[in-house]
Amino acid sequence: MAQSAAVATPPPKAKKPEQKAPKRRTASPRRLPYLLIAPAGLLMLGFIAYPVISVFYYSLQNYNVTKPWRNGFAGLDNFTRIFTEDDQFWSTLGFSAQWVFTQVTLQLALGLALALIVNQTFIGRGISRALVFSPWAVSGVLTSTIWILLYNSSTGFSRYLADAGIGDYGTSVLSDTGTVFWAATVTELWRGVPFFAILILADLQSVSKELYEAAAVDGAGRFRQFFHITLPHLRDAIILATLLRGVWEFNNVDLLYTLTGGGPAGETTTLPLYVANTGIEGHDFGYASALTTVAFVILLFCSIVYLRLSKFGGDHK
Amino acid sequence: MTAALVEKKDSAPGNAPRPSSPPPFSARRPKRERAFDDVPRWQIYVPLGIYLLFTLIPFYWMLLFAVRPAGSTSLVPWPMTGEHFSKVWNERSFAVFFQNSMIVGVATLIATTLVALAGGYALARFDFKIKGGFMLALLCSQFIPGALMLVPLFEIFKNLQLINSLVSVVIAETVFQLPLSIILISGFIKNVPVTLEEAAWVDGCSRFKAFCAVVLPLLRPGLIAVGSFAFVHSWNHFLFALMFLSEQDKQTIPVGLNTLIGADSVDLGALAAGGVIAAVPVVIVFAFIQKWLITGFSAGAVKG
Repeated sequence: MAQSAAVATPPPKAKKPEQKAPKRRTASPRRLPYLLIAPAGLLMLGFIAYPVISVFYYSLQNYNVTKPWRNGFAGLDNFTRIFTEDDQFWSTLGFSAQWVFTQVTLQLALGLALALIVNQTFIGRGISRALVFSPWAVSGVLTSTIWILLYNSSTGFSRYLADAGIGDYGTSVLSDTGTVFWAATVTELWRGVPFFAILILADLQSVSKELYEAAAVDGAGRFRQFFHITLPHLRDAIILATLLRGVWEFNNVDLLYTLTGGGPAGETTTLPLYVANTGIEGHDFGYASALTTVAFVILLFCSIVYLRLSKFGGDHK
Repeated sequence: MTAALVEKKDSAPGNAPRPSSPPPFSARRPKRERAFDDVPRWQIYVPLGIYLLFTLIPFYWMLLFAVRPAGSTSLVPWPMTGEHFSKVWNERSFAVFFQNSMIVGVATLIATTLVALAGGYALARFDFKIKGGFMLALLCSQFIPGALMLVPLFEIFKNLQLINSLVSVVIAETVFQLPLSIILISGFIKNVPVTLEEAAWVDGCSRFKAFCAVVLPLLRPGLIAVGSFAFVHSWNHFLFALMFLSEQDKQTIPVGLNTLIGADSVDLGALAAGGVIAAVPVVIVFAFIQKWLITGFSAGAVKG
């Protein structure tokens, strides 16, 4: 209905006799965008920018609730402590790297496979999609809850396997340093793969069918179609998804905090978990802030390097 | 899409692999049939079946523990009992946690959607001086570890006297949802042709009225994706509630669950029942939005 009018009179103010409405539209675009981003901007200034700046500020301070007499400006003391004295920093950083790398590669591989499968047309596709994506909706704590029930040594899955003659009762896989990494990895995959699959599936839908048909006519088999059409098309989505996911896996503490508590013996403590322990349980806010700053810089550096190396948004199409 | 679906219907019914189906590179097969889409059925159903088991067994396990009587080791949830649920709901105050989580979830949903809608519209429809900077700030904020901002956030909320108030959690959740929501929504709005809006202006609508009448209805899938995201995230998120709400009657479901995990002797039945209670709302939301989710992402996120 509105469209026909637009065609009739393209310039907005040509027809309307009363000035008010057009004037508001032509005059406001100066200030309107600022007004529109004001709520978001103010919230982010107050609750992201300001806290970030205070983290940087605290990182230069001795700020420990339990030792208030020592509080004050510390210069770079916290940072020299991190890099020269703190073995735990290096070990948690190493575990973080291992954790992020394992999660992102496995989630990408499985998520891509899953997306390709449920992108096919087959009977029961809708319900299958809903079911395999459902762990997406589940939180870190709930995921931990479920898998704690599964991993429980006396009533969990292993007990039934042992009863059936596979494996033995043993201890819980979560308290064994040899198995805890893979136990936690499988748990996080359960929740992480659907997210990846959803993102990739979303992008798969926009590949035009004609491309495949043309390729098929030219005699390209399924694998060549995959490597020459599907993968290049998914490129940017995959780069972005792996980056965001990597950052998220690095930063997230919900799952490991509730599943293993960072244990056994600090075996599954990521850097953010270490920071949370230092700052919140250890009350050493200054040192925790310095660790935060270091984590932030590492993350930013890795992200920039990753985007450069992967040539994100490059002209590949 | 529909054409492929109809075409498939003819060849799909037998889920057994077609006996004559040749290896993919072979030229014996008629060319029309070798579209990428056309995969032997077992290559779909076998991996999908395995993945379905991996997805569903944990859910089944939780349901099983939640409904079978304490001490039972049966793998079949029969006879059923509600004892774990009533225990968790009443004695472990999950009724209160549930209500608090609902308040936080719905408030975050509304706040995030409204603020992101305004911001996303500005990014999609205007060029303004600080636009680049604003976009950069949105992207950069993704790299800031939420867990690491706890201390300064705690101090801010203490100064605002919002500790132990659900408002603090709603604000924190909203703020951390905003960047992605704004980027998503601006992507959706960009997909709505400007000419539609301009037509409405010519008809005498104000910008706001035109937006409500023309753009908003077309944004429905996007808004559902963003809103449900905000709800699910705030429903699930644990750390802010844990830190900012110290009184037990203000706590949310994930924190309640964590106290059950942390108990010295873990009551697995209660833990499972608590898990089911925590899962129900998000699963309902998920079932409802599932089909919009994928279109939502493809329209908003990936095209950015």
